[in-house]
Amino acid sequence: MALSSSHPLAGTIAAWMWLLPVLPLLGFFINGALSILGSSHVGPSDPDMGHDDHDASPAASDQASHSHGGDSHAQAVPRFRALTAIIGPGVLILSFLLAASIFLAMRGVDMSAPFIQRYWSWMPVGDLRIDMAFQLDQLSMVMVLIITGVGALIHIFSVGYMSDDPGFARFFAYLNLFVFFMLMLVLGANYPILFVGWEGVGLCSYLLIGFWFTDNANASAGLKAFIVNRIGDVGVLIAMFMIFANLGTLDFTGVAAGAAGLPFGGALVTTICLFLFLGCTGKSAQLPLYVWLPDAMAGPTPVSALIHAATMVTAGVYLIVRSSFLFAMSPIASITVAVVGAVTALFAATIAMKQWDIKKVLAYSTISQLGYMFVGVGVGAYTAGIFHLATHAFFKALLFLGAGSVIHVMHAAYHHSGSHDDAQDMRNMGGMRKAMPITWIVMWIATLAISGIPPFAGFFSKDSILGSVYEHAGDSVLTNATWLGMSGHTVLLAVYVIGLAGAFLTAIYMTRLMLYTFHGPSRATADEQRHMHEAPWLMTGPLVVLGALSLAGGWLNLPSIMSFLGPVGGLDHWLEPVVGAATRTVTNGVALEASHSTEAALIGAAIVIAVLGIAVAVLALKPASLVPKAQSPAEHGFEKVLANKYYVDEAYDDAIVRPVYGLSKNVFWRGLDAGIIDNLFVNGSAALARGLGWIGARIQTGSTGVYAWAIVVGAIVVLSAFSFR
Amino acid sequence: MSMDNFGLFYQFHFYLFGIIAIVSAVTFVTRRSPVAAAMWLIVTMFCLAAEYVMLDAQFIAAMQVLLYAGAIMVIFLFVIMLLNLGEASDITDVRGIGGKLLAGFVGLILIAEVGVLTRTGIPSGKYVVARDFLSQQLATYGAVGAVARPLYRDYSLAFELTSVLLLVAIAGAVILGRKESSSAR
Amino acid sequence: MLAESLGLSAILFVIGVVGVLTRRNAIIIFMCVELMLNAVNLTFVALSRYYGMGGQVFVLFVMTVAAAEAAVGLAIIISIFRHRQTVDLRNINVMKG
Repeated sequence: MALSSSHPLAGTIAAWMWLLPVLPLLGFFINGALSILGSSHVGPSDPDMGHDDHDASPAASDQASHSHGGDSHAQAVPRFRALTAIIGPGVLILSFLLAASIFLAMRGVDMSAPFIQRYWSWMPVGDLRIDMAFQLDQLSMVMVLIITGVGALIHIFSVGYMSDDPGFARFFAYLNLFVFFMLMLVLGANYPILFVGWEGVGLCSYLLIGFWFTDNANASAGLKAFIVNRIGDVGVLIAMFMIFANLGTLDFTGVAAGAAGLPFGGALVTTICLFLFLGCTGKSAQLPLYVWLPDAMAGPTPVSALIHAATMVTAGVYLIVRSSFLFAMSPIASITVAVVGAVTALFAATIAMKQWDIKKVLAYSTISQLGYMFVGVGVGAYTAGIFHLATHAFFKALLFLGAGSVIHVMHAAYHHSGSHDDAQDMRNMGGMRKAMPITWIVMWIATLAISGIPPFAGFFSKDSILGSVYEHAGDSVLTNATWLGMSGHTVLLAVYVIGLAGAFLTAIYMTRLMLYTFHGPSRATADEQRHMHEAPWLMTGPLVVLGALSLAGGWLNLPSIMSFLGPVGGLDHWLEPVVGAATRTVTNGVALEASHSTEAALIGAAIVIAVLGIAVAVLALKPASLVPKAQSPAEHGFEKVLANKYYVDEAYDDAIVRPVYGLSKNVFWRGLDAGIIDNLFVNGSAALARGLGWIGARIQTGSTGVYAWAIVVGAIVVLSAFSFR
Repeated sequence: MSMDNFGLFYQFHFYLFGIIAIVSAVTFVTRRSPVAAAMWLIVTMFCLAAEYVMLDAQFIAAMQVLLYAGAIMVIFLFVIMLLNLGEASDITDVRGIGGKLLAGFVGLILIAEVGVLTRTGIPSGKYVVARDFLSQQLATYGAVGAVARPLYRDYSLAFELTSVLLLVAIAGAVILGRKESSSAR
Repeated sequence: MLAESLGLSAILFVIGVVGVLTRRNAIIIFMCVELMLNAVNLTFVALSRYYGMGGQVFVLFVMTVAAAEAAVGLAIIISIFRHRQTVDLRNINVMKG
């Protein structure tokens, strides 16, 4: 390819970018082999030798007691643990170092065109020409750095978190495989390669959610994630078919060139974008396909941090930014993205208000924050979306790992006391700051970051999104578009208000989580409290690094009004070659720059909302009056609706799952399959064959002469068919 | 070196050998003694070899003589001798008059159909390759090379498979021909 | 000369067919089959003037297959003769299912 040979990056370390995903793949193979060699059984611990030795009382042991480490049975520790502990995180660290060197190499050169490397021809079919090719540009670089950097930290954390799990090597094998597919996703130079990564991370997500698959609930949570994602994937497939049918190529560069020739705002580009977005709602857990993400918390907590918070679920945001040349052409699709994002942000935030499971709160918070990212990319502020993606990766990974740390400690304490209570329920915690001071501090940093308190990372990114919504409502191609009969101006203003409301709720539920978990009196027994102490440095180390990133992440892209803090708009400049053209399409070709007074007002509003949220939470919530889960009264009224997540799962069950199941059972199985196919076709054709065979057996005389005649007559018949055609 | 260049001389011999081939073939199917039949078949095959020469397939003609008339028919004669079937046997070898008539009728139908098919143009008689393609090939590569080049280039896989087929046939013939009584004891 | 060649081929082929249908001696039937194969070979050679060398190459393949067939077929006939002391087709009806 001419592009790669003439590109300034050719011949530099960037030529080694194929090694980025290959390293984790290598780790997958080694750890997978170790997993098979190292233990007689690949699956989770045998109930007979694992946790159940203290199951003398047949208490209802929930999933948490089965899962979260804390088990120190010598025979359960697999062989090759040390080797896995080095290789698993090691390949990620190497990958990150390579990514960092490539990043440094990229800074000095002219990167106006992406650096594309073609390795081999993958699917040459007629006009369809798909190469196995990687594309390195500013956008994929940002994603690679987040994936390998945050991924490496989470891998290190997992060494401590999973240390006693019998499936240690298997866990790292899956985790490495996930990183491999995620890097395929962000490095692929065309939609099919991206889709391979897209499906691959889905597979790893499934494998890791159901990591402790002996528990039925975990296995079905994995299945749910897999199946819900398939619905979205159909959308991506259809979008790819439509792109190929109309533009004749699936390479990003080719599609970008072809998209400019499509009619602006036409039905075609809108349909393609909406189908792409359907895929995003599945992968990135937006309305209406978000239901799998809360259930995905059944997996080990590092998995929730890496896959279901920092990286995989942001793939939808990446896909939209990668396809920004298409979305910028379609105001209707863009507004749809923004509206769905905003509604999801508020909807998930309300549910998070009344969840007691610490990981469920974070899960709904993730859905909500992903909603903000979609608001950003929906209104055409692609950089702001990626900015929030990056900062969210820092603070949400930190929150999940911190929660994992807490759960780890709770579980260890329960293990000593022999209790079978829920180690993830906040009502059973309280006062943890005394036992875990480091975790407490970094968790507060993350909480302030997600709530939007300056100068923490989340403040800048969320403000950048909400500010863009306000600006684009005023003057952009979206302003004049009509969406479901409403003017784009009105819709975007509504999105802005919903976004502010969501930010308010975010501050409340995050403060609630912190208060109930770390503050107030401990609701554990005295015996349990004695066994609570800070997690090992392998786990706190990554927390501290992520804490620093959550603190400083905002400096990636300072708003121009805050030039006194340092250089402004770093990410804006960095991503300009990738999304600059699309952004200008949305903003009518002018770089929108709100007046400083407006911007100051917007920032002020955001800060007030965040501070107000925290204040309301601190004043209204009384951690001291909380009682453990077992003694808690049932919720009632609207609280009950929230605690039960608006009964969406139940509604889906009644509206879709049950009818489909009933239809399948009564019509397709009993009627079609058993009735028509089995009886008529299968048994019928068997009877027919038997009857014909009986007749045929009479014809078979065994006399060679007769056979010769039959052959000749047959030949005559065939020839006649040709002759008298 | 072909009929097109030599005209009447070649045409005369083409018809001559064609008629001999038909006559000897008819004689072959009507002989009662297997040895006589085999001899007449060999005559037919020699005539066909001559036709091949006139159709610019000299190498095939040589193979026809060596392989068919030589090797295969010798095996037939060998088996006839081995089984002591040389004389016209007492078995009524030819079916009754009804059978003969029916067989002749079927044969006529077949010829008619082939004629119809030829007219409707399945072999179009148009040159797909150049008109003097065969002569060119023969002049450039020689009689053997002209056949050998496509055989070892385009059809090398089929050629190898054929060698496997021959090997299997040899093994099969050896196993079938072995006296079972000796191994059964 | 194409029409003449094809005609000759057709006549020889039909003679072979008639032979197969009227004779009962297995060895002679076998020879009739060889005659039919020869007729087809003539077609191949005649058409190779028009369609390229492939026809002549295929004649070689047909010859090889014929040789293999003769070897196996005659071995079968010998084997049958050992069991039944005859090569009369009317006595060979072991192919009954």
